[in-house]
Amino acid sequence: MLGTGTDPLSQPRLAGATAPEPERSAADDPALNPHIEKPILEIDRLSLWYGAKQALNRITLAIPERQITAFIGPSGCGKSTLLRCINRLNDLIDEVRIEGAIRFEGLDVFDPRTEINSLRKRVGMVFQKSNPFPKSIYENVAYGLRIQGINRKSLLDDTVERALRGAALWDEVKDRLRESALSLSGGQQQRLCIARAISVEPDVILLDEPCSALDPIATAKIEELMEDLKKQYTLVIVTHNMQQASRVSDYTAFLYLGELIEYGSTGKLFVTPRKKQTEDYITGRFG
Amino acid sequence: MAAKPTSQKQRDFLGVSMTALCGGALALNLLLILALLGLIGFYGGRFFWQKDIEALELADGRRLVGEVHAVEAIPATQGGGERFQLRVGNRDLTGADFVWIDESAVTARTWPADVVLLERLEWGNFYGRLVELRRGDQVLANGSAPVWKAFGPLHREKVALRERIRDLEKGAIGDVNLAIEKLRLAARRLELEGPPAEARARRQAEIDRRTAERQAEYDALAASLFALRDELVLETILVESADGRRKEIPVGAIVRALRPNEMGTLAKAGLYLGRIWEFVADDPRESNTEGGIFPAIFGTVMMVFLMAFAVVPFGVLAALYLREYAKQGLLVRIVRIAVNNLAGVPSIVFGIFGLGFFVYTIGGTIDQLFYPEALPTPTYGTGGILWAALTLALLTVPVVIVATEEGLAAVPRVVREGSLALGATKWETTWKVVVPAAAPGILTGVILAMARAAGEVAPLMIVGMVKLAPTLPMDLDAPFIHFERKFMHLGFHIYDVGFQSPNVDATKPLVFATALLLIVVVTAMNLVAISIRNRLRRRYAGSAV
Repeated sequence: MLGTGTDPLSQPRLAGATAPEPERSAADDPALNPHIEKPILEIDRLSLWYGAKQALNRITLAIPERQITAFIGPSGCGKSTLLRCINRLNDLIDEVRIEGAIRFEGLDVFDPRTEINSLRKRVGMVFQKSNPFPKSIYENVAYGLRIQGINRKSLLDDTVERALRGAALWDEVKDRLRESALSLSGGQQQRLCIARAISVEPDVILLDEPCSALDPIATAKIEELMEDLKKQYTLVIVTHNMQQASRVSDYTAFLYLGELIEYGSTGKLFVTPRKKQTEDYITGRFG
Repeated sequence: MAAKPTSQKQRDFLGVSMTALCGGALALNLLLILALLGLIGFYGGRFFWQKDIEALELADGRRLVGEVHAVEAIPATQGGGERFQLRVGNRDLTGADFVWIDESAVTARTWPADVVLLERLEWGNFYGRLVELRRGDQVLANGSAPVWKAFGPLHREKVALRERIRDLEKGAIGDVNLAIEKLRLAARRLELEGPPAEARARRQAEIDRRTAERQAEYDALAASLFALRDELVLETILVESADGRRKEIPVGAIVRALRPNEMGTLAKAGLYLGRIWEFVADDPRESNTEGGIFPAIFGTVMMVFLMAFAVVPFGVLAALYLREYAKQGLLVRIVRIAVNNLAGVPSIVFGIFGLGFFVYTIGGTIDQLFYPEALPTPTYGTGGILWAALTLALLTVPVVIVATEEGLAAVPRVVREGSLALGATKWETTWKVVVPAAAPGILTGVILAMARAAGEVAPLMIVGMVKLAPTLPMDLDAPFIHFERKFMHLGFHIYDVGFQSPNVDATKPLVFATALLLIVVVTAMNLVAISIRNRLRRRYAGSAV
């Protein structure tokens, strides 16, 4: 079902150096796909099909460590699908076929030898719709440790406090840790999900439109939080809010119809887009 | 079609009338349920209220004493007027508890203060007058008032004595009997094992010695039991019925003596509560026509709980596999349809399956392997509470599966993904996140299953339910819970007292009272489950699931 990364492409380095491509592709144009030193994640000619329908076509890009990388594009362009490939959440969907590779610190995540549970432990995720478990606030944050078999109370207490502080939620919930997580407001729930994600100390946090269901104030809080988290974690965010992408991200990738159209530092991409499609999209002419 | 559009007015009218129709249907349903409960409550509740006792003189010179049990109109074709059913008791003298009297035949109706009602252990109620209190040939009191006065304290003594006899029978004597039975089985086991002659003789001698010890113990206890029983019937009262016939009744054989016509409303209310308590807490007497129904309540509740313990793990695990693990496709669809149809199989079919599978096959095998010394008397190879509970678990497992599946389906995918994205395995996600979130739905299934099981009678009749069980399926004898014992059940009790009783007129009100109690028991069990469910829901308050 899954594509494997054992083909000859599983070699280091992406842009420009590998086999010549007949089509125009962002993968081969350094101007559209800049070289990144020591990327933590390398997506290499990744294609994905849902049954017969191709959702991603030969996406190649590298994600820098401890930076915020945004995937933007109109609905259905494949940005969420791409994000969910990184922690292999697409495995859950039947009839998905993947070709190409994603290397996380040099190791292919699609390699059958890769332990999916330890991969997901190192690549956390925050979802579009906040999804706290039907448990107490405390147990939500402690969940990641508990499934690893860590049940020592002092350790759990410390971790819960650290994670909630990290997600700027501690002061609001410290007196009601035993209450249901579902009693929190939407914005608090989303920050709780971030706390849950950082409780297991991942290297990368994937955020799938984390603010799309939130009001502007809650959105601002999350964006502020992302700036803090960047010091410790690599963040990859999917958003269809271009202002958000330009506000928070360091790098931006523009996807359209399953293809990577343009990738570059956020400043460059938004100010001087190279491609007409990118320009049309960020200026709101379509999308 | 003619293209004349419906006017707005017509459409509004249709809307209003359909709303009224829906509301009316709901109201009718509620009304029917309330009427049913009201009927059962009225007839069941009325049964325990003591009416005044009337003394009647009839035109033909007969004299009758009793309570009016029912009144009905005589059809005009037969002369009109009313007739009433009088409960006259004194079954040992007259042969029937009830007589029908035409109102027109009554020449005088009085309510004498000194008429007594004696509720007896045997032969039902006695209505009449007190004449004498005797100890053997010695007269202790004479005349209605002195006898009544002397009777009270003496009767209390006898009630205490009866308690002692019961404790002795069920306690010490029961224990000795159990020990003797165990020794008999040990001897039989020895025979089956067939050890070398010398060892066998030695062990047989040991068994014989202990049996003799126990037998001596039994004889001593039996002697003291007989002494107590003699004491119980030492004093008697001489009573006289309305038609002048006399009868001697031992004081110890009387459950309760009343002078209803002298009692105030408060005293009657106390009696009412006392009788309800007796009904709920006592053993039945006189082939279930009198006394209480405690064993039936106990059997019903215990059987339902055993059933729940069996059905929950099975149903939940099966639903987990169907919903979370099985690849959704044709096969799973067929399985699901089959499970749903299982709920529609007539319950008696489950009973027959339970008899063939649980009782004969599994129970028979258990007997062969573990209780060979008791054969040919079956231990597990006959109906019992465990087999009844398992049969009903089979009957109700579709309900639990369907409800659990619905509960699982309502857990959003994004919640599962949240757990998986933290590195949890599928099983950890299912067990720690999905199942707790689906718990209220699962409990809904359990509630439905318990209600169904408590009301089911047909299959139980062949897998272990009996009209009268001598012992409860749970008591203080090791191992405390006796899965192999037969049990009584409220649903069957209703059928039994209503339609299988030797004295149908007397037990008809018991049908209503027992039905009321069954409803109360089912409601109580449901309330417990519902409160657990609500606690779970509150814990996850605000949940979208």
